[in-house]
Amino acid sequence: MIPPRFKTGDRVRVMKSYPPGHLRTPYYIRGCEGEVERLCGAFPNPEELAQMRDGLPAQPLYRVRFRQSEVWPDYRGAAADVVEIEIYQHWLEPA
Amino acid sequence: MAKRDLGKYQPLSYFQLMEASLRELLVEKRIVTEAQIAAEVEDMRGRTPERGARVVAHAWSDTAYKKRLLENGTRACEELGLEVPALKLVVVENTPQVHNAIVCTLCSCYPRMLLGIPPDWYKSRNYRSRMVREPRTVLAEFGLKIPRSVQIRVHDSTADMRYLVLPMRPEGTEGWSEERLAALVTRDSMIGVSLPKRPGTRP
Repeated sequence: MIPPRFKTGDRVRVMKSYPPGHLRTPYYIRGCEGEVERLCGAFPNPEELAQMRDGLPAQPLYRVRFRQSEVWPDYRGAAADVVEIEIYQHWLEPA
Repeated sequence: MAKRDLGKYQPLSYFQLMEASLRELLVEKRIVTEAQIAAEVEDMRGRTPERGARVVAHAWSDTAYKKRLLENGTRACEELGLEVPALKLVVVENTPQVHNAIVCTLCSCYPRMLLGIPPDWYKSRNYRSRMVREPRTVLAEFGLKIPRSVQIRVHDSTADMRYLVLPMRPEGTEGWSEERLAALVTRDSMIGVSLPKRPGTRP
């Protein structure tokens, strides 16, 4: 298992990267900045699993909270609204 | 389901044909047996939203259990004898300040062990793309108007966790048994697109 780099409350940015293959990082969140809500544990990397490899060492997985108004510039809901997404550590960098 | 005249020949749809071909091939190659498939289908039919409702009603009745449920959903389900293999459950609590709703934008991840087979709308492109972008409009289409003073938290279940909304206990249910409470908990209220039934409403 890869040791976790982040803890609850840390500011992080999702990498703006567009590699080919099976990815669990939605397009709309790449490049966005959010806050770590919790560490979920470590799981085999799905990008590797999709290639029939074992996905090890396991990647830490976080729930990251993003402000909707920052994700969608034309967001019309309340300013406090958020979206929370699971992101693997190798997609995150400190913000 | 629409009534079908079983006496009449019905051509298989694309997906029916694909399912039959794959199933027959798996049996022929001895990867699974017909009996195993039948048992699995039976199991799947046995998983209904009543399982989730039991968890919610227990959490409403027992604050210590609710705390454990919010801390570790999987373990708390096991306490009730609900096996949730391959399911890391995160339970999110609705409060007067926060309303939670669940979507999977990438595919259609869903807490099947607690809610059974997902409704078609949950898997639709419409719901998946719009719930994350304009949740208030989508919820209003379900008949749920959330005041702007309440924060909306959309949970996009993109990876290994599965989500269940713990709705707020309806008023006027003081002293109710868990069984009676569970009857108020609807599937949609555990996805976060509606509220539980109110006491006195018809089923």
